[in-house]
Amino acid sequence: MTRRQLWLRFIAHLDLPLLSGIGLLMLTSLLVLYSADNADWGQALKQMLNITVALTCMWLIANLPLHYLMRTAVPVYMLGMVLLIGVALFGEISHGARRWLNLGVTTIQPSELMKVGVPLMMAWYFEKYEATLTLKNYFVAALLLLMPVALIARQPDLGTALLISASGFYVLFLAGLSWRVMGGLLVAALASAPVLWSMLHDYQRHRILMLFDPSQDALGKGYHTIQATIAVGSGGILGKGYLNGTQTHLDFLPERTTDFIFAVYSEEFGLLGNLILLGLYSFVIGRGFIITANASTYFTRLMAGSITLTFATYAFVNMGMVSGILPVVGVPLPLVSYGGTSMLTLLLGFGMLMSIETHQKLVKT
Amino acid sequence: MAKHVELKNHLREIFYFRLRLAISIGFVLLLLATLLARFIYLQAVRHDHYQTLAESNRISIVPIVPNRGLILDRNGVVLAHNYSGYTLEITPNKTPNLEATIGELSALVEITPKDRKRFNKLLAERRNFETLMIRNRLTDEEVARFAAQQYRFPGVEIKARLFRDYPYGTKTAHLIGYIGRINQTDVEQLEENDLAANYRGSDYIGKTGLEQSYESELHGATGVEQVEVDSGGRAVRMLSRTPPSSGNTLVLSIDAKLQEIAEQAFGNFRGALVAIDPGNGEVLAFVSKPGYDPSLFIDGIDTQSWDELNNSPDTPLNNRALRGQYPPGSTIKPFMALAGLHYNTRSPSYTIGDPGYFTLPGSSHQYRDWKKGGHGSVDMFKAIVISCDTYFYSLATEMGIDNIFNYLTRFNFGKKTGLDLEGETSGLLPSQEWKMKRYQQKWYAGDTVSVGIGQGYNLVTPMQLAYATATLANNGVGYKPHLVREVRSSRSLENRLIEAKPAFDLQIPTAHLDLVKRAMTAVTQPGGTAAQAAAGAPYRMAGKTGTAQVVGMKQGEKYDASKLDERHRDHAWFIAFAPAEQPKIALVVLVENGGHGGSTAAPIARKVMDYHLLGKVPQPLPDLSGEWVEEHD
Repeated sequence: MTRRQLWLRFIAHLDLPLLSGIGLLMLTSLLVLYSADNADWGQALKQMLNITVALTCMWLIANLPLHYLMRTAVPVYMLGMVLLIGVALFGEISHGARRWLNLGVTTIQPSELMKVGVPLMMAWYFEKYEATLTLKNYFVAALLLLMPVALIARQPDLGTALLISASGFYVLFLAGLSWRVMGGLLVAALASAPVLWSMLHDYQRHRILMLFDPSQDALGKGYHTIQATIAVGSGGILGKGYLNGTQTHLDFLPERTTDFIFAVYSEEFGLLGNLILLGLYSFVIGRGFIITANASTYFTRLMAGSITLTFATYAFVNMGMVSGILPVVGVPLPLVSYGGTSMLTLLLGFGMLMSIETHQKLVKT
Repeated sequence: MAKHVELKNHLREIFYFRLRLAISIGFVLLLLATLLARFIYLQAVRHDHYQTLAESNRISIVPIVPNRGLILDRNGVVLAHNYSGYTLEITPNKTPNLEATIGELSALVEITPKDRKRFNKLLAERRNFETLMIRNRLTDEEVARFAAQQYRFPGVEIKARLFRDYPYGTKTAHLIGYIGRINQTDVEQLEENDLAANYRGSDYIGKTGLEQSYESELHGATGVEQVEVDSGGRAVRMLSRTPPSSGNTLVLSIDAKLQEIAEQAFGNFRGALVAIDPGNGEVLAFVSKPGYDPSLFIDGIDTQSWDELNNSPDTPLNNRALRGQYPPGSTIKPFMALAGLHYNTRSPSYTIGDPGYFTLPGSSHQYRDWKKGGHGSVDMFKAIVISCDTYFYSLATEMGIDNIFNYLTRFNFGKKTGLDLEGETSGLLPSQEWKMKRYQQKWYAGDTVSVGIGQGYNLVTPMQLAYATATLANNGVGYKPHLVREVRSSRSLENRLIEAKPAFDLQIPTAHLDLVKRAMTAVTQPGGTAAQAAAGAPYRMAGKTGTAQVVGMKQGEKYDASKLDERHRDHAWFIAFAPAEQPKIALVVLVENGGHGGSTAAPIARKVMDYHLLGKVPQPLPDLSGEWVEEHD
């Protein structure tokens, strides 16, 4: 085999348009991290390690034929459920919430696994009953979604619970849940809102209330929103320039390498930069939709659609939160915020998208 | 045909899916448009507004740290307060060359090696962008000298701060505790409890004692000031201000003078004293000797002082009153007698002949009485007065460990008292179950014999014994002991009194109480084991002496205090309440290696009671530690 053949085999299952979009976002991440960390490569270097690990996993998943991927659905989901129940029973409490499971060697957060596990399971389920879908199947699928969501909401980790709900809902929606049922669900959701409110922890209510009046909690969470909005607004059309963000470098911005990294970017690159970033996200999302449209099986269509929509949701929720139109829920900016776990979860999803795209190409030819 | 339908369905399915996909794309476009609109609004439309906020006049949110609440004794004597003073502080992130800066600073103000060590310690455990103290208590002259040169030292500033001060120092160290700088563990704890916002700007937090257990009352609510700062970070104008509210004042049930007298009465002895008002559970004095200087800990203790405290054989950091666990010795006898009466194992008039030792049926092992040859014929009254061991050996054996365990549990032995201080230990009240769990061994009859005179597995803390004594003094009605009497709110005139509520009533028959209390009163009368200490008191005191063995003795060996190393001498106990008829004070005195309760512990109790009941202040004491009187309980 020549070197060229080896190379071709290496990239055979990578989707180059998608990879280039992801790559540009990662590059942005490193640049902004350097600035956010006060012109220090420390965080950016660690992020590079995260990226390397995540890309490797993505490559492995992308090379996994689809029927193998489908076969992982049930075990992954089951493992996730066992771990979530484990967390509920023996989890470690940190910051007033029970999210982590101490396995002796390392602590893990099973809700992260479920970000992939839930849509995977639901898509697998719909594929299995594709020929004879009735309302009952939607009901079962909804149950597959609600069980882990309830466990995660109890931890309490409202942000993750909502995001997993969204990714599961996308599967239901794409699987063709009737509009009438969705209308009914919406009414039911509105009706149950007061009950849910009473179940929330004080700090969660506080966060929601604060959305309407951030100045109420100027020393706590409201401070994040106030300072982030100032950062974004003061960036103006062209931004203050790379490494020149005053909010960032005078220490006004909290959590500026993780959840609030978009404020750093927005302050330094302005509206123009934001347009470019939205463009990059749109490109990745658009490519995801194309892959979804081309997908040949029921399972792959649902999976690809859910992954793409979930990615779009993450990006929207984070930027909405930083610019002050959504509450602070602790969602990182996908592919840009510092953090190994979210990077890995996202790239597992993209690996699946690539596998979906490239394996059926081979089937067709 | 079937094939055709399936195909058609497939196409239909694809069509519906594409429709849903198109709706999804529309949804995403809507989200993107929302973001775009928000960005345009913030960055184009309202840009000037945010530009103003961020660029020329940045808003800075400055927390205003509340004054920490005071701690007063029951008469309003100050036990912990704040005073203001100047400190010199450095923000390491803003200071280019730390070593050189400190070097130059030392030319202006005195910086001792101790200051430097403390600073380096703070530096090692600092949080981001924290200012660290290099010198405290600057003189006015030093402040003036530095102010004139300040421009040379970026990141160095003078701060006016409130300092915590404990006027009674060592004497109340184990009671009041101390505050210390917030460390990483504290930060995590605060975040966990969602209190981090209220501690923005705070440097100190209660670490031990009441400072720790009442942290939430003492800290107060942090205020906040929104100020405009110029590009150099200096405040230009105040926009809004929510004032802080000071922490609440704690009023203790402790009587500072009584505490002081008790503390001094120990002389150079180590030990503990807890005095309780039996009618309401208020703790009047709480002493653990030796104490330590709490002010050493506030800004981080230097290694040398720490080693001295930590390695001292006197263990000054150990709160003996709350955490020290000792065999109760003969002080358990009044409670044992009550148990005997309760289970009808002994009637008051039942008399034994005491040969000076006790043997279990079928065994030749002799459990010796403290008096060789014995006390002759002994009934319950006499057994308490002269502290007859043989009587209680046989009582315990007949009663059995299960009954002993059940009855003593009711007096709260083996359980934490629930005093409002953290770190209490629970002592040990042994049972069959406990021994099986701990040693995988069954309970032997011999184990019960030693428990009968408060030796063996039995362990109590001075606090526990004080609680039990107060309960006995109050005729079996227990009031949960507490140190804080009242919490005075800084915000309103509302004061929260800690109400005295009986925690339990053991419903001990009057006849039983009467017998035991009469016997305990006789202990302090001529012929009793504490007669000397109570001589001449114008009130009647009820008490019981005790010794707790430190070194075990072999069969046939005689205890000879003068031969033993001082630290191997027995611990001396004395429990007492007075006036015997209507007790106003119940107390426990423990003197480590003090020998006999009657000679070392009881005199301390006498001084404390004399002050509490008569207002009598003792004359300067002779040094007790050198004295040694051969005498027995």
